[in-house]
Amino acid sequence: MSVTTQVLERDGELVIALTGRIDREAAAELDSAYGAVRTHAAVGLDFTAVDYINSTGIALIVGVLARARADGVRLRASGLTPHYRHIFEITRLSDFIEIAPSDTQQS
Amino acid sequence: MIEQSVSPRQRRAAERREARAARHQRIEPTASRTERIEVEIDEGDPLLVYLRAAPGPVEIGALPDYSPAVGRMREQGVRIVVPLVTSSELVGVLALGERLSERPYSRNDHRLLDSLARYAAPALRLGQLMRAQEQQARERERIEQELHIAQLIQQQFLPAALPELGGWHVAAFYRPARTVGGDFYDLIELADGRVMVVAGDVTDKGVPAALVMASTHALLRSTAGVETAPGSVLRRVNELLIPQIPAGMFVTCLVLVIDTETGRTQYANAGHNLPYLRRDGAVVQLEARGMPLGLLPGSTYDEHETVIELGDLVLLYSDGITEQHDTEGAMFGFERTAALVSEARSGDDLVDRAVDALARFAVGVEQEDDITLVTLHRGRSRGDVVAFELPSETGNEREAMQRVRELLDGALPPELLDALCTAVSETVMNAIEHGNRGEPSLAVRIVVRRTVEEVSVEVADFGRGLQQRTELPDLERKLAGLQTPRGWGLFLIEQLVDRVVERVDGERHIVRLVMRVDEHPDITPTERTTP
Repeated sequence: MSVTTQVLERDGELVIALTGRIDREAAAELDSAYGAVRTHAAVGLDFTAVDYINSTGIALIVGVLARARADGVRLRASGLTPHYRHIFEITRLSDFIEIAPSDTQQS
Repeated sequence: MIEQSVSPRQRRAAERREARAARHQRIEPTASRTERIEVEIDEGDPLLVYLRAAPGPVEIGALPDYSPAVGRMREQGVRIVVPLVTSSELVGVLALGERLSERPYSRNDHRLLDSLARYAAPALRLGQLMRAQEQQARERERIEQELHIAQLIQQQFLPAALPELGGWHVAAFYRPARTVGGDFYDLIELADGRVMVVAGDVTDKGVPAALVMASTHALLRSTAGVETAPGSVLRRVNELLIPQIPAGMFVTCLVLVIDTETGRTQYANAGHNLPYLRRDGAVVQLEARGMPLGLLPGSTYDEHETVIELGDLVLLYSDGITEQHDTEGAMFGFERTAALVSEARSGDDLVDRAVDALARFAVGVEQEDDITLVTLHRGRSRGDVVAFELPSETGNEREAMQRVRELLDGALPPELLDALCTAVSETVMNAIEHGNRGEPSLAVRIVVRRTVEEVSVEVADFGRGLQQRTELPDLERKLAGLQTPRGWGLFLIEQLVDRVVERVDGERHIVRLVMRVDEHPDITPTERTTP
């Protein structure tokens, strides 16, 4: 498995903290992590410990986003490097997932 | 009843064989008392002219005695001959033996046979035409298949992968006007470590040119083992070629021998286009003249010498580019070619621009001759080019990305390097999964180049060709379930780098990702040093 997840509560918000790579092998883990939080109104995805996202990983995030929209769950993302924030922008994921501002300064 | 069709010319030989076989057969009367008798009618037999003009069925006795076929028919008991004529063309002959009643054919029989012939002739003609057409289609298919094989064989003569010559970068383009061509080029590493570069052009195009190209190329290769002076190579190949080249054909050929350490280059020319050399923005031609190969025994070739300096760019080209016409009849010419050399940023860039410019120039006109371009670019510093290979195993795209990151550390601002690395990872993943179909024994070859102006990463696989352009990914459509969530790879690659160039070189499919170093004014020097 390329990614591990940990569900935790941070500042009153439910957050899935991701560690590792988001690629094809991350599918099952991402799926089950989302399954555990799907009844909440808002969920954060923390990418601080993610060092690699490829096109298949983007497709998985699109899949999670589609499920979240169907479930009425609002997604937020934090901890993205400028490069992956750029990728969220060109794929327009940032239009649907709120990106925490100035991530680099936060960490 | 006997039927003998007059066959179209191309089937005559086969039918003659069949007929001959039938004649040798002892024909036994069958229970129904019918006999099958084959009669061969030669193309020049006067019977054919006679029957074409005959008004209807003719008794054997009324036919010209001097026809060999008539004699053969008599021997086989033929009594009456019915010409099958349609559109005043004799398409077959109905030959009948004795009536079963052993009585002569009546006038009624004649009328019946005559009307039968009128109906049968057009139908028979149609059948013959269809058969001929099928035969032609099969023949065309066979020729196409053979040409395809010839093309594959010819590709083997051209270098599959251009060698990386310490600090030099070679790029090439080859496109025959037909399936196969008479142009060729090669890079031959000599025993003393120098490199012989040859480019040539056989008169004419298509299969004849390709055959002469193959033998000239073989002669050049074998000569390079014994001669290393370009003039001597050309002199020797000329002598060897003369006895075997068809009259009226000849080969132009340029030979350069380069010491890649020093750039010292000897060259000689057998009537080929003069190469261009660009140095410090000025474009000159390397002058060298001589008789094309295969024309005149005893031809000699002057040797010239130059030094290709750091940063110099050389273009070898065939007249398929300079002599291409546009719709108005104007030629592409030397001036446009020289201008391309002057503007190019690198050898690859020169090839790309030339192919592009030629396509735009000759839009609506078919390619007239084989086109070959070979560029030699001597990098400004050594170690500009690094190539490595990885087996096609999932996960190696990250290995490729990591190595590219290390190689280009400091060459690009961090954000651009990140973008290039993701594009490299995606491209290598495509090469592993699609191009090489996950076959670990097939390597993905990665070539990383740095020049002052740009950084490029080439990813080569053994895929069948250029990728199908799929629907542009659209997130809203994906979220609505109207598009698969996947399909981001190519999109990311194109968004993340400055230029993506795809091409096929022999059996390799190559994707080149280019990142300009100097055209990102939005990134200030301070940002560039941010880790």
